[in-house]
Amino acid sequence: MEFTKVQELVYELKIADVMAKEVITISPEIPMREVKEIMRINRISGAPIVQDHKLVGIISIEDIIKALESGTMDVPVSEKMTTDVITVFADESVVQAVNMFSRHNFGRFPVVDRGGALVGLITAGDITRGLLKAIELDYHEEEISKYRASHIFEDIPSDRTTLVLRYGIKAGDFTQGGEASSCVKQALMRLGVAPKIVRRAAIATYEAEMNIIIHSTDGGYLIADIWPESIRLRAIDSGPGIPDVEQALQPGYSTAPAWIRELGFGAGMGLVNIKYCADEMTLNSELGKGTNLEAIIYLRPNTESATG
Amino acid sequence: MITLSEIVEQMGLEVRTPSADLSKAVTGGYASDLLSCVIAGAKQGNIWVTLQGHPNIVAVASLLELSAIVVTEDAAIDPQTLERAAGESVVVLSSPQSTWAVVAALAALGVSASE
Repeated sequence: MEFTKVQELVYELKIADVMAKEVITISPEIPMREVKEIMRINRISGAPIVQDHKLVGIISIEDIIKALESGTMDVPVSEKMTTDVITVFADESVVQAVNMFSRHNFGRFPVVDRGGALVGLITAGDITRGLLKAIELDYHEEEISKYRASHIFEDIPSDRTTLVLRYGIKAGDFTQGGEASSCVKQALMRLGVAPKIVRRAAIATYEAEMNIIIHSTDGGYLIADIWPESIRLRAIDSGPGIPDVEQALQPGYSTAPAWIRELGFGAGMGLVNIKYCADEMTLNSELGKGTNLEAIIYLRPNTESATG
Repeated sequence: MITLSEIVEQMGLEVRTPSADLSKAVTGGYASDLLSCVIAGAKQGNIWVTLQGHPNIVAVASLLELSAIVVTEDAAIDPQTLERAAGESVVVLSSPQSTWAVVAALAALGVSASE
């Protein structure tokens, strides 16, 4: 399931993050006449009635009008208020408030904490403002870090600019396993590559890295060659070489020794995963000489791999 | 969607990474002890249930942006695993129960198979 940025934020943001915290409240014994003045002076259309920090009711302009018409402006607001107040909790996500607004025809909801104490007021406008603010901050941060990095492709004059990242991988170095692919992943994120593509590239890099760690005699190199329209990954080692490449590519086939399998490696899915994640893959190997794996991931849909 | 803190509370899981962000939402679950299978099958935000406790589980969790790893049967967790986890903001939880029991408990809480 995919969420858009706004949907994500709607789930992440809490009502407490967007609500108005300065709420004008009225005590239950205040007469309606005074309530009318409070509303007029503060230009509000409704107010929560609070007693001992607990929400006990809510009064609206409609109630004032009815009191005016029936000549009951001197009674305490407690007699005219709605006691069945619909509230939302401060620690709930904004989704809850959004649902409430669509379900009921009210302009605002009092916000309470789990103990029933009034802590704020939320309107539809508060939600919109809160979301915009959160998106802006998020967007800003992303923009700033992306901007710096992708300059490499746009601002430096050349016929062709690529970024090449090289990592040395040591055989049997399980403690560092995943370091190189983590760096490649971060680099791609900084360059503003789409998250889905970053994930595929990171997975392919990880599997290639682990293959060198698990199978090579003397370690090797991982090279991520980043072009504007694609990423070319290369994993090169100097031995032992794969006797039967076709066999190696079969899902479930592994030459990993028992102790490595006990760690959860050697499922025989590494090359399969790379093939699945990459748009193009070639595997060349010679016994006694070494192995050369190349995987290309397109950065733009339906592009031929970069040449020249 | 259920969050890690709700899961930890309901299931009494031990939080092995002290600075963990438990407010993360859990998008689904995946169980396997073979790392490449996890890479192929688990989705972002999933909770991963496994017996493995070595540092490479952190690499996998970080790569896939999983919400947390639950190490079952009180399997030994390398100190290096927890160090790496802290550095990469990966949440590591543990349980004395079997993988089966943990998965069943997660399913009962509404965590479904990863989509």
